[in-house]
Order: sequence, then C-alpha cells, then structure tokens
Amino acid sequence: MADHPSSPSTSSSAKATAHTASIFGKQAVLEAFAGHPAVSSLEHLLIDAKWDRQELTLSVAPQAILDAARALKAAGYNFLEDVTAVDWYPTDTPSAPRFQVNYSILSHSRKERVRIITRVLGDNPRLDSMTALWPAANFYEREVFDLFGIHFAGHPHLTRIMLPDDWNGHPLRKDYPVEGYR
Amino acid sequence: MSQNPVLDLETQESDRPSSFVRSEATMQDATGATLAGIRHAEEILVPAIEDAARGATSHHQHGSDPVVSQTMVLNMGPQHPSTHGVLRLVLEVDGETVVSLAPDIGYLHTGIEKTCEAKFYNQVTPLTDRIDYLCPMTNNTAYALAVEKLLDLEVPERAQILRVLLNELTRIQSHLVWLGTHAMDIGALTVFLYCFREREELLRIFEAISGQRMMGSYIRIGGVALEPPAGIYDRMRSFLNDFPEHITEYEGLLNANPIWMGRLKDVGHLSAEDAIALGVTGPALRASGVDFDLRRDMPYSGYERFKFNVPVSNGCDVWARYLVRMQEMRESTSICHQALDLLATMHHQPLHADAPKILLPDREKMKTQMESLIHHFKIVTEGFQVPAGEATSSVEAPHGMMNYYVVSDGTSKPYRVHMRNADFANLQALETMCKGRLIADVVAVIGSIDIVLGAIDR
Repeated sequence: MADHPSSPSTSSSAKATAHTASIFGKQAVLEAFAGHPAVSSLEHLLIDAKWDRQELTLSVAPQAILDAARALKAAGYNFLEDVTAVDWYPTDTPSAPRFQVNYSILSHSRKERVRIITRVLGDNPRLDSMTALWPAANFYEREVFDLFGIHFAGHPHLTRIMLPDDWNGHPLRKDYPVEGYR
Repeated sequence: MSQNPVLDLETQESDRPSSFVRSEATMQDATGATLAGIRHAEEILVPAIEDAARGATSHHQHGSDPVVSQTMVLNMGPQHPSTHGVLRLVLEVDGETVVSLAPDIGYLHTGIEKTCEAKFYNQVTPLTDRIDYLCPMTNNTAYALAVEKLLDLEVPERAQILRVLLNELTRIQSHLVWLGTHAMDIGALTVFLYCFREREELLRIFEAISGQRMMGSYIRIGGVALEPPAGIYDRMRSFLNDFPEHITEYEGLLNANPIWMGRLKDVGHLSAEDAIALGVTGPALRASGVDFDLRRDMPYSGYERFKFNVPVSNGCDVWARYLVRMQEMRESTSICHQALDLLATMHHQPLHADAPKILLPDREKMKTQMESLIHHFKIVTEGFQVPAGEATSSVEAPHGMMNYYVVSDGTSKPYRVHMRNADFANLQALETMCKGRLIADVVAVIGSIDIVLGAIDR
C-alpha cells in the first residue's frame, strides 16, 4: 500500500481503465473515482487508497474511523457486512502500524461494497466502536477483540466471544504459537 | 414491571450501557406484538449474558417484594435439541415472556482461520467444507473465487456452470434440512421424514460426483476436482423433475395446518430497518421486505446467465421466512434445469483453468509425462505462490451472504483467511425478534433464521 503519486497524464489513462487496471495511491484514486460517493464522502479523511482486483480499499487514520463510517453511511452505504483484522507482525512502526482493521461496507442500492481500513499500533491497540452506528458491529468487534486483542471504546460489552473468559492470549496474532501456550 | 430493583443496579454500573433500561421502556409495545415506529441504530443493543442474568438476581439482593417485579433466568442449551447445535441462550423471563436474551457461542470454535494460515492454498479447501457443513459446496466456491481473484485466474465456462448447478443443489439440500428441523421443532415430525427422504437422494448425487456425501471438497481453485461421472446429469434431472411435486407435498402438510400457522404467523417480527442495522442477510432479510440477492445484484460464477426470480415478502415474521425459503427451492430447481441445459451444450469444454503450475495435472498425464510429473511434485510438496494482495469474494449461501477474505503475502500459504458467514450476524437479531414473546416462540424464531453453529463459531 505504498503511495505512488501519479503524474496528470498517467492518471487520465487510469480513469479510462478504472474498472480493469489497478490504481494505487490516494491522489490517483481520487482522480479516477471523481464523483464516486464513497471516495468523495471520505476525501478529507483519506490517507491512502487503492483500486485493486475490482475492489475499492480506502484507508483512514484510526482516530477518524467513526467519522469515516458516518460519512459513508450518509453517502448511502447502508450495510455493515464484516469487521476483521490482519496482524502484520513484526512490522510495527508509526508509518506501518501492526494491526490492520477492515470494515466491509455495502450499499444495497448501488450494489457495491467498499473496504475501509485503518492501522493501529501493536501497543495497546484501541479503536472507537461502531456499535452505535451499526448494532451489527457488536459480535464482529467482540470477535476481533477476542482473537486479536484490539479494544473498541464505547462497545456495550467487550468480552471474549469464541474463547473462554480465562483464555491466555489472542490466537489470531501472528506471535501466538499455533499449538497455544502451554 | 414498575420500580424494578434492576434500575437501582443500573445506577451502580452506569458506566456500562445495558439493554435493561431500554427493555423496561419497550416492554409495553413489545408485548403488544408490534414495535412502534422505526428505531434508531443506537437504540438496538444486543445484550450480553450478564445483562440477562443481572435483573433476575437483583431481587434477592434487595429483598424486595417477592411477588411483584420478579424475573427469572432460564438457561437454554448448549444441549437443547431445538438450538440446532451447540448454541446456548441465556433468557431473562417474566413468567413465560422473554424480557431479554443473550446468545453464548464458541462451543464449536476450532480455530479454522488460524489453521488456514499453516496450510497451502489447496489444503485450505477441505477446511472450508467443515465451516457451514450444510453447504460445503458453497463454502468451496466462495474460497475458490477469492483465491482465483488473487491469482487472476480465468475459470472455464463449463466449470462455472457446474459450480452454479452444485451450489443450487446445495441450497435445496440445506433448505430441506431447515424445513425438516424447523417443522420438527414446531411438532410436525412427518415433514422431517419427507424432507430427509429427498435430501438422501441429493447426498447420493453428491457422493457420486465427489466421493463424499457431505465434505466433498469438489470445487477447487481454478475449477472443479473431477469430471462428473457418466449418467449423473440424468439422475439430477430426474430428481429435479420430481422435486416441485415434493415441495407441494410439504406445503400440503403445513400451509393449512392450524398449529403451524398459529406458531409461525406474527411471530418473530423483524423490520427491514432492524434487519439492515443488525447485519441480517439472505432469506431472513428478504422476508423483511429488502429485495437484495447477490446472485442477481452482484453476480458471480456466471449467475448473470440465468433467469430466476428473487422471492421477497413484506411479512417480516417467521411465516414470511417460511414462504420465502419454500419459493427459493422452486427457483433453485429452475436454475438447476437451466444449468443442465447449458452443460448439455458444452461437453467438450475443459473443467479447469489453464494453469499447470497451480492446478494438479490430470492423473494420466502425471503418470506418463515428465513435465506433468514435475508440476505435480512441486504443487504437492511446496504449493504454489500467490501474488501479494487481498481479495474478498461474496456469494449467496443458503443462509445468506457468505464472504471469504483472503490476504496473501506472496508465499504459498495464505497470510490470513477470514470467513464472513450469514449465521453469525443473523444470530444477533435473535433478541430483537424474541423480545416480548413467549419462550416457545424462541424455538420457532431460531428455526426461522436457520443457523449452523459450525459457521458461527468456526
């Protein structure tokens, strides 16, 4: 997800082939998807973006995740499908934080989905909960909390959902041994 | 339920939002069988077990009047037969009326997502069978589509059509299990026996085609596993020709049955707004009046070539979900007939993508040709590398929207595999549907959302 600033000439060709070729970088996506409701509603929050394998991924800062979700909901993306995470261990720097949290949001009327991602540092990872916006986030955020150990502030009941309450560790973290702690 | 000691407890734990205050406020209209007006998303809270248990224990602590304001906690499952697996529900009941309800899941958690990270891409396919074990072929398809997207692999038309055919047969099979068990929960045992009679023929067809009745792993990355055996299409055709009559037979047992109607109609109300807010998908969403089906609206695997209707109902109750699924079985039968017609015209087309370094070679070639032998050896011993990136596939499974999210770091093992199953989100809507109703209605509502715990717990 490196940012590749494009010159005006390449971005205009990207626009012509917006639905076949991959487009990387915030500026290139903003130009290729000018007028697209998801992209334009998040324009001020975007830190990175890509159009890859026919999928639109918009990246925002962790503190802006709730604002981004609100803006998307207002733009007609009415259905929160899924919340999940990816652990990029051992990568953990301010420019490339360890945890990537994905929100898959669908628009029933536009018949398309957009993936919002944000990255949080490995030390005490914390995000705002989306439960007030979409109650569907309840179980998904509990699952991410259980298996990745990411906290969601404002969640009504953030406890483990799959594993017993006294379980040690978060199994989907990459530094968790496959056999478990013994 | 006025001046409940629960409210005292609320003030002690004011930092944690609880469903209790709201459940007090909405009890009147909930018991009146209709939820007044459209609720905002913030008002919908899925309670936790502690929320359900707290109210019932509080009257002991406060020593209040034992006759008024008492609720009781009822544990249901994980061995309760009508919970369709190992679902545990903690219910707070006022007499026989459900005040709140919290699902407790995880009894079947086997860490499949973690296991996937230690396997080659091909080795993940058999794991996907075991997630939603009523629709293994659909799981296979969703996983294959995600990896094919990462590999940029073109699947031949014939394989796509065959996938559609098997997906629809799987849908019929899954709906038959739903109807049989749902009816049995309500007390109509006959329907169960009839449904399983038809399901048996479908399982035999799956066995003939894949070698296994349920966990076939037949749909692979880049195509399907094997050429279907001779005569299988005729067998499918004969099943499909008879099947609409069987649906009529089930309806004959149920549609005018006063007990069936009484237990299903106006039970488990779920408005379209609540369904969307709670992430409900599939037949349950369409029975709440939302006309959305991935097969038609975001087609995959060649579904755009088929003509079919998407059954929608505005009933929003258990009865509407029954009607939608019955109609879906008819539509699936029609799709299967169209797929068989298409397959009859493309006998000589391949069933695998042209990618010798990704797909296992033909057995005969592997035994006779040096290059195929090398490919076979390399694929089996070290897998194949997948370009780095992330991809999501989305298919309309029998229970609703099934998404597979696969991340590759460029090696031969997936960096992350995540499954979004409809059952997980649909379960969250259980409380909204059961609140203010009787305990017996909980059983009907569980049947109507058609959950599989393997898909919820993974």
